[in-house]
Amino acid sequence: MSHRGAPSRFERPSAVAFLGYAFGIALIFWCLSGAGFSLEKVMTAPPRFADFADRAFPPNLDPKVLTRLGWKMVETLQIAVAGAVIGVILSLPVALLAARGLIAGPWVNQITRVTLGFIRAVPDIAWALVFVVAVGLGPFAGMLAIVIDTIGFCGRFFADDMEGTDKGPAESLTATGARKIDVVACATIPAAMPAFVSTALYALEKAVRSSTILGLVGAGGIGIELKVGFDLFDYPTAMTVILMIAVVVIGIEQLSGYARKQIIGEQR
Amino acid sequence: MRSSVTDLDLKQRPLNGDARTGVVHTAPVSSVDVPVVDIEAHSVAKSFGDNRIFSDVSFRLERGASVALVGANGAGKSTLLRCIMGLIPVSSGSVRLLGQDATGARASDLRRLRARVGLVSQKHNLVPRLSVLSNVIHGLLGQEPGLRHWSQTLAPAPSREAAMAALESVGLAEFAARRADRLSGGQSQRVAIARALVSQPKVLFADEPTASLDPAAGEDVMELFFQLAREHGVTVVFTSHNIEHALHYGDRILGLAEGALKLDAMAAALTTSDLRGLYD
Ligand SMILES: Nc1ncnc2c1ncn2[C@@H]1O[C@H](COP(=O)(O)OP(=O)(O)O)[C@@H](O)[C@H]1O
Ligand SMILES: [Mg+2]
Repeated sequence: MSHRGAPSRFERPSAVAFLGYAFGIALIFWCLSGAGFSLEKVMTAPPRFADFADRAFPPNLDPKVLTRLGWKMVETLQIAVAGAVIGVILSLPVALLAARGLIAGPWVNQITRVTLGFIRAVPDIAWALVFVVAVGLGPFAGMLAIVIDTIGFCGRFFADDMEGTDKGPAESLTATGARKIDVVACATIPAAMPAFVSTALYALEKAVRSSTILGLVGAGGIGIELKVGFDLFDYPTAMTVILMIAVVVIGIEQLSGYARKQIIGEQR
Repeated sequence: MRSSVTDLDLKQRPLNGDARTGVVHTAPVSSVDVPVVDIEAHSVAKSFGDNRIFSDVSFRLERGASVALVGANGAGKSTLLRCIMGLIPVSSGSVRLLGQDATGARASDLRRLRARVGLVSQKHNLVPRLSVLSNVIHGLLGQEPGLRHWSQTLAPAPSREAAMAALESVGLAEFAARRADRLSGGQSQRVAIARALVSQPKVLFADEPTASLDPAAGEDVMELFFQLAREHGVTVVFTSHNIEHALHYGDRILGLAEGALKLDAMAAALTTSDLRGLYD
């Protein structure tokens, strides 16, 4: 009887795999150097951060400042909600064009999807800059940036949601002689509705997060207070802004999670 | 309910007229003697890519016939039904449905044609999140396209009444407001039948009408199905892998096996063992 030994603990990599690993490691070091990675700065950061924290705490809780920041936060949420709602509504027709095998042909699908990919590739802050140039400084530019950002996101995922629905009901309605648009309205969209709600709520969370920094480029919202705080070395006020943003973003995430459960939770 | 004069009614009129007036009819009498052919398949073949499902399938089905399409799982029964309704293109051959070409038809003609036939599919295929009544109203979309038939809320009164009558005929009127995904298998099958019948089709296709039901519910649904079919004088084509059902409810049996139409005979001339051979 011959026992076969267990395989060795480590498989010896092939020459190609070895080259691949070596290249990967070299790449990482190259990136670290490009990013200006410096151990020395890492070592000195904690004391400097402690110094910032020391100067930022306690946060500025002056009622006058809180009131001003509070209203700025309201404006931020108005930008986010208005932009997300308009974006979600406009996403629906765009998604109908992007979804394969629904109402539009493969060419239209592809062109729409590439366009949506481009919209997503441009960061929200860059869209805000573009709209500041187009419509001037202020919250309207911010709202437009959120709208376009939401279309890039929801247009694509609404389309995916519709492509992923059970094709059975749609086929049965096609068999009654219904037009494509009627089939989509009666079978595809109702089936995709839970996914739509979930995607739309996520888009709202994303919009709130975006809207808090659009002010950095003058597109409205509380971001401007953050910039001013740092520019004037008014760290306590900047800290108040950061904490307010954190509270609001976490609050919105909780709210949207709760709404998601209420709306689609019990309906599988 | 909307009512329409069937082709049969029209064809019987000259006959009565002749009897009353005593005029000898010299025109061709074929339209009276020869039954109307509702479905005609001519050398139909279907492949998915290189995978040939069946080829050279030909048959003629007459108005009022009740036809069982039998064959093992995967023999291509559902695929053949889809080809007949033009839901998927045939690879070669042609299909005539209600006297019109269904394989080469333009999309709009095909829709008009489909509006005159009904399909009850194997998985019932109700829209789960909508009410039973909305689902039945969808059966009218072929005849009345547009927003008003998207939902029972928007539907015009005659359509709602037609849908309620169809639900009544399958015994589910009191479930009209219920969500379609809160029904039992037998109930959802009945709703699917109501949706197919609400447009008063001339031809009714049913794909494995009992496959997802327990035997008792299956019997009930078949009884109901054929009672309604006889009442409305529609041609019925149903697929089944249940030999007893096929022989009991079909008066003609088409058998698919090994990629060909291996059997085309009257049910009365067949025994269960004749059919069992198809499943080997
Ligand atoms: N859309 C499709 N694409 C590829 N193959 C298919 C498709 N639909 C059915 N088939 C294949 O065709 C064969 C017949 O399927 P089907 O018509 O559903 O059989 P049956 O209804 O008799 O059980 C099966 O092998 C199935 O895998
Ligand atoms: Mg089948």
